[in-house]
Amino acid sequence: MIEIENLSKSFMLHNQGGAVLEVLQGASLTVAPGECVALTGNSGAGKSTLMRMIYGNYLAQAGHIRVGGVDVASAEPREILTLRREVLGYVSQFLRVVPRVPTREVVAEPLLALGREKGEALARAEALLTRLNIPESLWSLSPTTFSGGEQQRVNIARGFVRDWPALLLDEPTASLDPTNREVVLSLIEEAKARGAAIIGIFHDTEARARVADREIDVSVFAPAAA
Amino acid sequence: MNDDAQTPLLRVRNVTKTYGGRIGCADVSFDLWPGEVLGVVGESGSGKSTLLGVLAGQLVPDRGEVIFDTRADGPRDTITMSEPERRMLARTDWAFVHQNPRDGLRMNISAGGNVGERLMAVGARHYGNIRSAAADWLGRVEIDELRIDDRPQAFSGGMQQRLQIARNLVTGPRLVFMDEPTGGLDVSVQARLLDLLRGLVRDMGLSAIVVTHDLAVVRLLADRLMVMKSGRVVEAGLTDQVLDDPQHAYTQLLVSSVLQV
Repeated sequence: MIEIENLSKSFMLHNQGGAVLEVLQGASLTVAPGECVALTGNSGAGKSTLMRMIYGNYLAQAGHIRVGGVDVASAEPREILTLRREVLGYVSQFLRVVPRVPTREVVAEPLLALGREKGEALARAEALLTRLNIPESLWSLSPTTFSGGEQQRVNIARGFVRDWPALLLDEPTASLDPTNREVVLSLIEEAKARGAAIIGIFHDTEARARVADREIDVSVFAPAAA
Repeated sequence: MNDDAQTPLLRVRNVTKTYGGRIGCADVSFDLWPGEVLGVVGESGSGKSTLLGVLAGQLVPDRGEVIFDTRADGPRDTITMSEPERRMLARTDWAFVHQNPRDGLRMNISAGGNVGERLMAVGARHYGNIRSAAADWLGRVEIDELRIDDRPQAFSGGMQQRLQIARNLVTGPRLVFMDEPTGGLDVSVQARLLDLLRGLVRDMGLSAIVVTHDLAVVRLLADRLMVMKSGRVVEAGLTDQVLDDPQHAYTQLLVSSVLQV
């Protein structure tokens, strides 16, 4: 489902003396449907960079990132937008939303973008918010004023509101209490059971051991020290 | 939703506009697909508004093509078409939301009249229908229907801007040009307007070109982004990609100059 081949990434900082940061070189990995692969490595090894490249958020210098038949490394913006709408979900660590939009609509948005009927999309959003223990009194409020853990759960609800064939998870259990952590882990297990290909970053080693089928240490993709 | 369409709604090729010897914009080319929102950013004087003026048929470029996929005749170059044809497009398929609502509204007629006038311009004649369409649109932009007979002078800046949007969208355009639509509004009003615009774009399947210098606005509103400097496009791509991994020196400077809140 996700195939990464010979991927390289560097950042050129034009306004800081033209410094070049080489982050990844020759990165390759594949994730099959129903499989969860955990990215590991120290802070700064390039885990988040790799994940953002798969989402089309960072450009690749060389190589291929094939997700469901689209090569994100060379696709037109329009193709990536379609991929994000139809195939590839992403739970980031940050919730970025238009202020004032109620939580239940923030969560339902991926379904609305697919053209699903509004009532159905909202019902699905509410079911997930309930499961993630977001009190009903908060559903009609914008999540911008929520606590860190609540925002994290809203982000997760958004990521699981539909059955993405491929899913990227950046620290999905960070800042969660044990009850909600358990809910998130079951959501991940259910997604795997229905055949989603998942790439995750988990600093929580127990969580990683439970849901990940394989671990890939991203530091092996670090370019040889210059 | 309907982006499987095989024809771009707007195809822009090598648009160049100079003022005397000075470059307004130069060699701008891009495609805009149905349902897409394109953001154009750059500092004052970078040529954003000149480009928008050319695309909307308000300025004549020195050279280039602006091909719009018309409902009746398919792709047509709006620069070479006749003035009446272009005006008809401006009244029906296009909408232009100005930064200053006073430029897009008629300040001495009622709110309902402002919305209804655009309908009458495309042939609506039944007073009752026009008034109910106007009332419906005031509701959609969250202006109390009781204000339908008030003049825009009596409205706040945010309400005037929402009224301008209602006036523009009532005829069901397919392409909306926006010049700093949230400029000059305070932050909470901006948020409300962004929410409204996002909903309208999604529900009506609109395409839009939004010119702004506010990177936070494009991040929330635009699918794709073009960065302009000295009249030229220096970088283009997916909005979050351009903002999170800018390639051009100027874009890097622009992004790193934003104050974090």
